[in-house]
Amino acid sequence: MKPLDVLLFAWTSLRGYPSRTWLMTIAMAIGVAAVVVFTALGEGARRYVVDQFSALGTNLVIVFPGRSETSGTSPGMFLGQTPRDLTLDDALALARSRAVLRVAPLAVGSALISFGGRSREAPVIGTTADWQTIRNMQMAQGTFLPAGDPHAPSPVCVIGALVRDELFGAGPALGQFVRIGDRRFRVIGVLATQGQHMGFNTDEMVVVPVASAQALYNINTLLRILAEARSREELDAAKRDMIRIIQDRHQGELDVTVVTQDAVLATFDRVLTALTFAVGGIAAVSLGVAGILIMNVMLIAVSQRTREIGLLKAVGAAPAQIRLLFFAEAVLLSSIGAAAGVVLGLIGNMAIVRLYPVLPAATPAWAVVAAVATAVTTGIVFSIMPARRAARLDAVMALSGR
Amino acid sequence: MINLDRISRVFQVGGQPVHALREITLAVEPGEYVSLMGPSGSGKSTLLNIVGLLDRASSGVYRLDGKDVTSLSDEEQAHVRREKIGFVFQFFHLVPRLSAAENIELPMALAGIPASERQARARELLDAYGLGERADHRPDQLSGGQRQRVAIARATVMRPSILLADEPTGNLDRASGKEVVQLLESLHENRVTLLVVTHDPELGRRAHRQLRLMDGAIAEDRREAAG
Repeated sequence: MKPLDVLLFAWTSLRGYPSRTWLMTIAMAIGVAAVVVFTALGEGARRYVVDQFSALGTNLVIVFPGRSETSGTSPGMFLGQTPRDLTLDDALALARSRAVLRVAPLAVGSALISFGGRSREAPVIGTTADWQTIRNMQMAQGTFLPAGDPHAPSPVCVIGALVRDELFGAGPALGQFVRIGDRRFRVIGVLATQGQHMGFNTDEMVVVPVASAQALYNINTLLRILAEARSREELDAAKRDMIRIIQDRHQGELDVTVVTQDAVLATFDRVLTALTFAVGGIAAVSLGVAGILIMNVMLIAVSQRTREIGLLKAVGAAPAQIRLLFFAEAVLLSSIGAAAGVVLGLIGNMAIVRLYPVLPAATPAWAVVAAVATAVTTGIVFSIMPARRAARLDAVMALSGR
Repeated sequence: MINLDRISRVFQVGGQPVHALREITLAVEPGEYVSLMGPSGSGKSTLLNIVGLLDRASSGVYRLDGKDVTSLSDEEQAHVRREKIGFVFQFFHLVPRLSAAENIELPMALAGIPASERQARARELLDAYGLGERADHRPDQLSGGQRQRVAIARATVMRPSILLADEPTGNLDRASGKEVVQLLESLHENRVTLLVVTHDPELGRRAHRQLRLMDGAIAEDRREAAG
C-alpha cells in the first residue's frame, strides 16, 4: 500500500467520525497550546529580568563590604577585628585600575525631605557624578551632581520625579532649597521617570554628593561601590584588579565581596530558565493525558470498526497493513491537534503581549518543537496498542460482527 | 485447484471442544460452480472461511493451486487472499464512509496499485455492473441489490480465480437476489471458480455441483448438468 493511500484512508476515517476527531483535536490542541503559552510566560519573565539588569548598565562590577565565606585564621581574628568597612578612598583607589572606566561610591540612608509645609520620607543616595553614567540615568530637568572633589560636601541635590511632584506640585523645583534631615540643599536636577530598578524606585529617591550624605548620617563608610569596566572583555581583569587594590588597602585581607553583574544575571537566567522548563513540563503532563485519550479513542475505534477490519482482512490486508492504517490515523489526529495547538498558543501569546506589554512573552522555538514532538510521540506511542489489537482481530469473528 | 485433505476445525466453546468440521476431504477443479448447503451449524460457513484463508484449520492440509497454504504466515495468507480469492458476504460489508468507487478501489489500494489505474478499473466494473451512475454514492445511498453488486465488484476487481459467496442473496428481495445470482453466474462463465454457501434450495440447485454438509462432514456430493 502506498504511503499516500494510507494517509488518505486514515483521513477518510477521521472525516467519517467528525465529533470524535474534533474532540481529540481539541484535547491535543489544548495540551500543545498550554506548553506554548506557559513557556512563553516563563521566557517572558526571564527576558524581563535580563532587561532589568541590562538597564542597570552593562559591564558593571559591584563591591560589597564583608566576605561571606570562612577563610582560615587571620591576624584579625586574634585581634578581634571586624571586617573593614568600605571607604570613599577605597572607591577612588579602584579608578587606578586600567580596566576600570569609572567608579561610583554609594552611601545610602533614609531621611525626611521637606519643602515649605510638605515633607516626605525618602531614600537618600550619596554618590558622585559618574553614577549617572553607570546607572544610565536620564534627567528630566536641570543637571546631575557636578563632577568635583568627592570629599567635599556640597549642598545640592537631585530629586526623583515623584518627589518633585509631591513636594512642589506644579510649581518650579529647580533652584529651590529643600531640607534633607537637618541640612539645606538646593535642587539642581530632576530625574526622568524610569520606574523600578533592582528594588530602588528612582522616582522617589533623592541623590546628594557622597560627602554630603556621609556628613548627613555622620558616617564614613559606603554601602557599596559600583564600577564600570572598560569593556566586556576586561570585566574579569577589572574584577581581579579591584580585589587586589582593596586587598592592598586592607593590609592584605580580602574582606570584600566583588561580583560582576554578569554573574548575578547568569544566576537569574539559570533560575528562570529552570522555571520555564518546569512550567513547560507541567503543561506537558496535559499532553500525556491527551495521549491517553488518543489511546482510549483509538481502542473505541477498533471495537466500533470491527467489521471494517474484518473486511480489510478479507480483501487481503495483511496484519502489518492494518496496524499501519490505525497508526496513521492516530498520528494524523495528533499532528492536526498539535498544529491547531501551536496556532492557539501563538494567539494566546499575542493576547498576553497585548494585555501585559511590560512582559516580553515569547515562546522559545525549542518549546514549540518539543510540544509538537511530544504530541506526535504520544500519538504514536499510545496508538501502538490499539493498532496491534486491530491487527490481531479474528477475521471471521470480526465479519460476523460479534 | 482447491484441495482439502482431512481438514478439521475445532472451536473451544466454554471449555468444551466443538467439532465444526470433521476430516473433510474435497477437491474443486478450476471453473467449477459449487453450492454448499446444509442446516445451520453444519459447518458450511466455516468451510468457506477456511477455503478463503480467513480461518485456519485445526488439522489437515489445504493445497491451493498445488501449494500448501496451511503453513503460510498471516502476512503470506493475506497476500494469497488478495491475489486469488474474492469474498461476497450476506451483509455486503461495504465501508460506510467510502463511496461505491472507493470501496471497489480498496483491495487495489492495499495491493499498492497506482490511483489512476485503480480509478479506471473501478469505473470499468461500475459500468459493467450497471452502477455507472452510482460511483460517488455512499453505501447508505444505495439499495440492497446495488450494494451487493458493489461488493461483487470489489471482490472481483483483483481478478481472483476463486469467488466465495456466503449467503449472497440472504439479505435481498427476490428481484435483486436474482440480479445478483445472474451476475455471479456470468462471472463463473468467465472461468471463475464459484463457491456459494446458501440456505436457499433454489439457488443451491443452480450450481453444477452441490455439496450438503451435516455435522461438519460432507453428507452428499452431487454433480449435475447445468440448469
